[in-house]
Amino acid sequence: MNSEKEKTFVKFEKIDKSYDGEVLVVKNLNLDIAKGEFVTMLGPSGSGKTTTLMMLAGFETPTNGEIYLDGMPISKIPPYEREIGMVFQNYALFPHMTVQENLAFPLEVRKMSKAETKEKVQKALDMVELGEFGTRFPAQLSGGQQQRVALARALVFEPRLVLMDEPLGALDKNLREQMQYEIKHIHDRIGITVVYVTHDQSEALTMSNRIAVFNDGVVQQLSTPDILYEKPENSFVAQFIGENNRMTGTIKTMENNYCNVELENGAGTVKALKVNVGEVGEKTQLSVRPERVSLGSEGNGENVFTGKVEELIYLGDHIRVRLDVCGNNEFIVKVPNEGSFDYNEGDSIKLNWNPNDIRALDLQN
Amino acid sequence: MEVPISTAELLTTDGVPLKQSLKKAERKNKIRAFLLVFPLLLFIIVTFVMPIGDMLLRSVDDTQINTVFPNTFSEFKKWDKEKDELPPEEVYKALFEELAYGDKIQVGRALTRMNYSKSGWKSLIKNTSRAIKKAVKKNEFPDSYKDFLITANDKWADPTYWYAMGQMVNFQTPIYYYNAIDMTYDQDQNVIRQEENRRVYVQTWIKTLKVSVYVTFFCLVLGFPVAHLLANLPLRYSNLLMIFVLLPFWTSLLVRTTAWIVMLQQQGVINGILVWLGILNDDGRLSMVYNETGTLIAMTQILLPFMILPLYSVMRVIPKSHMRAAQNLGAKPATAFWKVYLPQTIPGMSAGGLLVFVLAIGYFITPELVGGKDGKLIGSWIAYHLKTTLNWGLCAALGAILLGVMLVFYWLYNKIVGIDNIKLG
Repeated sequence: MNSEKEKTFVKFEKIDKSYDGEVLVVKNLNLDIAKGEFVTMLGPSGSGKTTTLMMLAGFETPTNGEIYLDGMPISKIPPYEREIGMVFQNYALFPHMTVQENLAFPLEVRKMSKAETKEKVQKALDMVELGEFGTRFPAQLSGGQQQRVALARALVFEPRLVLMDEPLGALDKNLREQMQYEIKHIHDRIGITVVYVTHDQSEALTMSNRIAVFNDGVVQQLSTPDILYEKPENSFVAQFIGENNRMTGTIKTMENNYCNVELENGAGTVKALKVNVGEVGEKTQLSVRPERVSLGSEGNGENVFTGKVEELIYLGDHIRVRLDVCGNNEFIVKVPNEGSFDYNEGDSIKLNWNPNDIRALDLQN
Repeated sequence: MEVPISTAELLTTDGVPLKQSLKKAERKNKIRAFLLVFPLLLFIIVTFVMPIGDMLLRSVDDTQINTVFPNTFSEFKKWDKEKDELPPEEVYKALFEELAYGDKIQVGRALTRMNYSKSGWKSLIKNTSRAIKKAVKKNEFPDSYKDFLITANDKWADPTYWYAMGQMVNFQTPIYYYNAIDMTYDQDQNVIRQEENRRVYVQTWIKTLKVSVYVTFFCLVLGFPVAHLLANLPLRYSNLLMIFVLLPFWTSLLVRTTAWIVMLQQQGVINGILVWLGILNDDGRLSMVYNETGTLIAMTQILLPFMILPLYSVMRVIPKSHMRAAQNLGAKPATAFWKVYLPQTIPGMSAGGLLVFVLAIGYFITPELVGGKDGKLIGSWIAYHLKTTLNWGLCAALGAILLGVMLVFYWLYNKIVGIDNIKLG
């Protein structure tokens, strides 16, 4: 317990935030971030993730609660004394300064000597592989290069913590993926604590040690990417992270970790993992990942259904099959392309899934 | 690795030189574009380029007087001032004839011009003309024109009048420019300073520049916070505030100026309030109007929107994240403002500054009304000569100098700030 507490570097304690006194943008946020960790706040827009980041940076004041950095409460410390680096959504590079001047800015306001400044700026530029670009102005750089300058500027003064507010949002897809790896590698190399905000789930999964899924001002689930994907605790997370097939039904019986759910419109009964459900007789939402459904076999005889192929989409490495199963004609199955797929649209097909792969969750309205 | 550069001309697939082909393809667009801007071009030429050209010509033009006294002047040039004290007989004869048979209206106009080079010409010519006309009527042509004229008026024996005529002999004259900076010719046509009591322009020029600089400075100081507020308030408040900024635009300039008189005069609103509050004694009322202070106050208020609008349009597009980023990087708010925000507003400050300065330097109505005697600017003098003395040559010279000063400032500005940095919106 004690060692656990020592590892905590950033601590949000009972944070509430409201802008207008009527709506809570962040509700009772409790979040611990360990030193050196890469934590992502993931959520749809308006879910409170950016507000949380701004409170940590000092640009917004919590309405209630306290934020601790390295054990010290920081609510009363102004942003310029927090020693927290930040990469802004549109980089916020100063257009009237060259790249070098941008990078030197945080060092100059700290009254660092000229020689030391120059050395650190060059080191930071080399880190993001922009050593040659120091004398250019931000407008003369491409989006990806600007992004890297912003990153270098947030790191050059060796902050205690780096915040990133959707830093890759303005880049195109290929560049974004490349930058994801670059940021991750830089994090691995220098071991700085990073708090990252994004609404892009694949970005979050690629880069993070842990992900906090935000919705409606509340952290829905905080875990590592694999647990978040494979063991979502509620239907929001299941739906927000990755693709999932949803079915609703009523709980008939419960046994150990499982429950039997009778689907709506009498399409059958499903045995599912009991995760986030109420009592027998209550409604529940079932969630199963498209790649966990097997086609054309009966497996061990549990959860076997028949579906009709509605649409086939060829995606190279896999084939995406849209089926009409149990009255749900948006049921997606991903079949790896092993060269043996020979169904056509309109075919009837047997399918099944393991009870461990289908999760009974709360009913989302 | 070096890439060999082909010097051969590029050809299209059909073998036509690429440049030629491109030209052909673009020609239609170019003609269309030209036709679109042509009316505007014509408009600018007619209403802008031609009047300015005319003004510049007029400021050095002296042909008018030459068309009235062509023979007199050509004979005058033959006069050797070293040898003879007075011009030869031929000059007097030519003058006699040209006054006798010249067009009355043209002679009248020429008189005005002659008076610029030496006062006294007007009455001299007028009463000489009368004598000449009388003689011509009686058909009594004198034997010696010289003696006749000197008898008619003894000023014809005064060589200074003849020296003054020397200034008018050429078709072009720089005299108006000299006059515009308080210079004139002496009798030997050397450029000298005006007599002390006639020096008015240099001090007016200095005052004009001083007032313009002050007005620009005050507009910047007052406009900057307003523009910043406008750019950072939520839209519904900033729209309302914007209406207040623009409201003066929709009010007549004359009304605004006279409103300032009501406000500032000794028995006016501001003095009244200050006396009522006991800050001023009743006999210690401030004189804030009909002097330079009044000009400064009224002009600053009237020109303020021209500073606020360019500043606003620049500030609006400076992302708020820049100030945040600067603070995040460790700069105190004041440092962040000075190092990050202010430099980014330079395009707006320069656009507003140049605009206000240009408008202020040629301002007329407001200084005329609230300036009193010592608050008058160069524009007032231009208007005075345009309407009252009809000395259009001097008007043109004053205007041309004004234009020149503007161009110098523009050039300086371009050197220091760079004209690409200007931004109006």
